[in-house]
Amino acid sequence: MSFDAAELMTVTAARQLHNGQSVLVGVGRPSHAAILAKRIHAPELVLIYESGTIDTNPDSIPLSIGDPELASSAVSVVALPDVFNYWLQPGRIDVGFLGAAQIDRHGNLNTTVIGEYDHPKVRLPGAGGAPEIARSCQEIVVTLPHSSRTFVEKLDFTTSLCRSDGEGSMVVVTDLGVLETSDQHDELELTATFPGIGVGEVQDQTGWDLKVADDLAEVEPPTAEELDVLRSFGSKPKAVR
Amino acid sequence: MTATAPRRRPPTSRLLPLDEAIGSLLNDGDSVAFEGFTHLIPFAAGHEAIRQGKKDLELIRMTPDLIYDQMIGAGCARRLVFSYGGNPGVGSLHRLRDAVEKSWPAPLELEEHSHAGMVNRYVAGASGLPFGVLRGYAGTDLPDHSEVAEVTCPFTGEVLSAVPALRPDLTVIHAQQADRQGNIQLWGIPGVQKEAVLAAARSLVTVEEIVDELELQPGGVIVPHWAITAVSHVPNGAQPSYTLGYTSRDNDFYREWDVISRSREEFGQWLDDLRAGKEVAS
Repeated sequence: MSFDAAELMTVTAARQLHNGQSVLVGVGRPSHAAILAKRIHAPELVLIYESGTIDTNPDSIPLSIGDPELASSAVSVVALPDVFNYWLQPGRIDVGFLGAAQIDRHGNLNTTVIGEYDHPKVRLPGAGGAPEIARSCQEIVVTLPHSSRTFVEKLDFTTSLCRSDGEGSMVVVTDLGVLETSDQHDELELTATFPGIGVGEVQDQTGWDLKVADDLAEVEPPTAEELDVLRSFGSKPKAVR
Repeated sequence: MTATAPRRRPPTSRLLPLDEAIGSLLNDGDSVAFEGFTHLIPFAAGHEAIRQGKKDLELIRMTPDLIYDQMIGAGCARRLVFSYGGNPGVGSLHRLRDAVEKSWPAPLELEEHSHAGMVNRYVAGASGLPFGVLRGYAGTDLPDHSEVAEVTCPFTGEVLSAVPALRPDLTVIHAQQADRQGNIQLWGIPGVQKEAVLAAARSLVTVEEIVDELELQPGGVIVPHWAITAVSHVPNGAQPSYTLGYTSRDNDFYREWDVISRSREEFGQWLDDLRAGKEVAS
């Protein structure tokens, strides 16, 4: 079955999620990936949306994090102080899914502005739940398109700080491959590339001297089942390029 | 200075038509929170504020959403206190961006937080405390553009972030029901509305339905009449967001807004229609 990079990106993100984990999900690609994981290999994955819907099991892909479908299919619906103070802050949620407009070599993220804060070229939505998700979840999965505009030497604004205390880990899934932080380094390392993508191509799209794993792997193409389920969702996350 | 709970209101909330409620409770220059997290966003009240030409407002809201995009584009706002300014699942808020990037129709001062910071600001306000406390903000660039300070735990020595209490002059929310006394009940995603109401000096609740007696719903939040300033009966008052059990979220309008709000001209036409009293959102 043929597939495109956007589909492989969603499938690869889904594979980062394991049965029994709890995951804080946002809309767009994170929702597609998390629901895909739950349908395929992680039926007991606990989906939590920031709106307060805990252990939700939507039939369709939500447009917003507070769609009625999420509330009516949730085991528990809680108020926002509960979400951030009782569930997220003490580390009760294993995995956090984030996106960003810029990422640096340490995995720090910018979702606030491109350009100067006071005279921005592009005003982005801002922090939302990201800073506390980044510091409270054991594992962070970031999805974003891979380009020298997104993988930058220096962020225009640091919205969320990657955990560099050795207690957390980060996996970054792009449309070219997968980068991960390891225990030894507080720096992202390219651990896998998409089929047909060379290290040189990834380096060209990265704004710093890229660290490459000794045992660099190739990402497995989507299975027929993964593609079938993903395509059954109807709506697609935005194309990456 | 000692922080105290907002002054006790008159004992019974009043049932007022929406135009009278906004006219008497919202003043130019006020700080005001129209809350509702994706669900129960009080759009009809926001539209009434636009129609009445309210201005110089400090708009407070975790997610400005379309409601503040509209109010900012209409020139109601001087300042925005927020944590996430996007059109959920769709993209940018173009009127907000135009105000920040091009000062149109007027410059907009920003104070931005994380969601956790805003939540704890409301909780502190509702609690009558001067500040809320959380782990967060440290190491990010947010403190330079926010109201946040370090505080040391007197028991453990841990350094935490302190955020000042929010005390809006007015909070406006939408709920499913009120009874004839003015007690209100909301259910479904409850967001931070109870805290926002209890943090404010005055409050207005628009409701889908007035009932003789409230029947407690699963997960229902009831706020008693003596903690609310006024109630307005406004069916469909949360559209194009939604009211669980009454109306559906108009996802198409959220997508359509991306087109309407992208140009000042199309937005101007939308605004003219709103001011002329035409139907502007289903």
